[in-house]
Amino acid sequence: MKYIDEFRDGEVAKGLAEAIRREANPARNYHFMEFCGGHTHAISRYGVSDLLPANVKMIHGPGCPVCVLPIGRVDQAIRLAVEQGVMLCTYGDCLRVPASDGLSLMKAKARGGDIRMVYSSADAVLLAQKNPDKQVVFFAIGFETTTPPTAVAIKQAAALGLKNFSVLCCHVLTPSAISSILESPEVRQWGTVPLDGFIGPAHVSTIIGSRPYEFFAEEYRKPVVIAGFEPLDVMQAIKMLIRQVNEGRAEVENEFSRAVDRDGNKKAQQLVADVFEMRKHFEWRGLNVLPYSALRIRSQFAEFDAEKRFPLGYASVPDHKACECGAILRGVKRPQDCKIFGTVCTPENPVGSCMVSSEGACAAHYTYGRYKDV
Amino acid sequence: MSESSATPRKNYVRPLDIKHGQVDMAHGAGGRAMAQLIEELFARHLGNEYLAQGDDGALLPAQGEGRLVMATDSHVVSPLFFPGGDIGCLSVHGTINDVAMMGAKPLWLSAGFILEEGFKLADLARIVQSMAAAAKEAGVPVVTGDTKVVERGKGDGVFITTTGVGVVAPGQALSGRSARPGDVILISGTLGDHGMAIMAERESLGFESPIVSDTAALHGLIAAMRASGADIHVLRDPTRGGLATTLNEIARQSGVGMMLQEKALPVNPAVNAACEFLGLDPLYVANEGKLVAICAENDAEKLLTAMRAHPLGGQSAIIGTVHEDAHHFVQMTTAFGGKRIVDWLSGEQLPRIC
Repeated sequence: MKYIDEFRDGEVAKGLAEAIRREANPARNYHFMEFCGGHTHAISRYGVSDLLPANVKMIHGPGCPVCVLPIGRVDQAIRLAVEQGVMLCTYGDCLRVPASDGLSLMKAKARGGDIRMVYSSADAVLLAQKNPDKQVVFFAIGFETTTPPTAVAIKQAAALGLKNFSVLCCHVLTPSAISSILESPEVRQWGTVPLDGFIGPAHVSTIIGSRPYEFFAEEYRKPVVIAGFEPLDVMQAIKMLIRQVNEGRAEVENEFSRAVDRDGNKKAQQLVADVFEMRKHFEWRGLNVLPYSALRIRSQFAEFDAEKRFPLGYASVPDHKACECGAILRGVKRPQDCKIFGTVCTPENPVGSCMVSSEGACAAHYTYGRYKDV
Repeated sequence: MSESSATPRKNYVRPLDIKHGQVDMAHGAGGRAMAQLIEELFARHLGNEYLAQGDDGALLPAQGEGRLVMATDSHVVSPLFFPGGDIGCLSVHGTINDVAMMGAKPLWLSAGFILEEGFKLADLARIVQSMAAAAKEAGVPVVTGDTKVVERGKGDGVFITTTGVGVVAPGQALSGRSARPGDVILISGTLGDHGMAIMAERESLGFESPIVSDTAALHGLIAAMRASGADIHVLRDPTRGGLATTLNEIARQSGVGMMLQEKALPVNPAVNAACEFLGLDPLYVANEGKLVAICAENDAEKLLTAMRAHPLGGQSAIIGTVHEDAHHFVQMTTAFGGKRIVDWLSGEQLPRIC
């Protein structure tokens, strides 16, 4: 595939692995967090860790939008479908997220809820147009990447004058999650996070640019390299991070210059600003309630806000007591350190957030790397 | 009363209006309408000496010293018609393949139809004609069948269950329990064509290059593989769940581990691109015209040559090896040079969010 195979070339990878080995100082250890689930997936699926020297460790971060979706939010979506009789539309990988009472959207569908998998927010608007007798709710989740299409859908519904379309908005913001990893009270409780730098999420930065990460680099003295999701992108980013650490620099560098610049996509940013505003508080699965970490629909689009249209009280639902996702999402523990990993908690029966999506740290290790544990 | 109307009509019962008619509840009620459907549609297209016996079952001739193999499969595909095939030929190919993978020569099929009230007879006729063509090409006749009609809304147009009977010569039976450490794993062609053709059609994804299902009966290919004299230990068609699921099943059945080479896996570029677009892995996408063969190491090249010489095996490849592993892991050396597990599929493959 043009523009893809070039970034999966095994021979280039060998050369890059050699360059990383040369770059890494054998006298020290390097711990880098790949924030985004897309990177976690690439590292696991292509076996990138096998190509790294032993003193370069990758830590899987919380950047999987499905994993950080709290149970209470999925419960709201299920209640909309089952109790309010709406046609609930959402992206495919939301369907398996475990909710309360042993339910998930997929199980609620089997119980008669009208739950539809869509490929885009525009499909949900189309379903609302085709089903004027039905209330259609788009269960909108994801980081900055999926937010502009939701904004477009709301604007489109407004332009069409749709009275039967609304959005349950659960969009979250990347910088807040990174702040939480670095300074939340839990970090003090669990200990210092051994992080020497971040691989920044590429798709998010195509929208917000690389500028929002400059704060972290300066404030926390942590280098950030924005990188694409192909395995060679990840390896190149690791090499760039090692070099920054060795030279005592803490800057934002952009490996993904083929799609990302410092300022991002201003049109998309404007769209998002038109339709959404910050929430003061939002619960993240595994990270607790984070201030100014999510978006809600502005009052001028209130008629498209499912939280205003339907009686939807929010109730927080705690994770399993033995679940270590909070520590794993912050890089303090590894999936295999959790007592229920691979026993009670598996991809078939995910208990904690990290096991929910294939991009979660636990699911990735279980699915691709557990041969290393035996 | 005119004279002409007093004359007994030769065909008093009006023939099925295939062009405009629809399945109704009477077509499953066991009366004249059902007999007519069977006679004018199923028997007309699928007819042979055994089906013509007209009994509830078919009386079939003995098959020498061989042992019988029977396999059954229900087909509920949506959409019913897709690039490269339809539920009719699929229901014939799928069951023939299930019988053939046991090392048997498929001989006869049965077909059970569950029809939904309101289903267009013209579409049913297309499906039956496609079944007939597939059965004829494969040389495996449909010798008995059954029809039921369910009320509108209680089916999905048409469901077809086919059962296949075959005979396996003494010493020729194959089983998923027979993979041994040191064996070599082969695949008869590209991965994921059927599943991706269905998905593209179902979701109206409209890819630039149309992806066509690979549905096909594989017993001819197997006969050619057998004729090569290679010591084949296991055959299996990687249908639902794809190659990954099939290999995990065999690994568990045989109590072995496997190591695949990602670089060796044949994937149609259009399928690869579609999978990439949707965040799916072709290793888990269904095939309906491919087989996995596991054979003794020394015979692998010979078997590969025989497979590639057959029209259905032109893109065959050696994709991995079998080894001892108490955990029965299927692993893969990635094109990147790393290693990963190729795990069982958890639930369904679902497109990812971003």
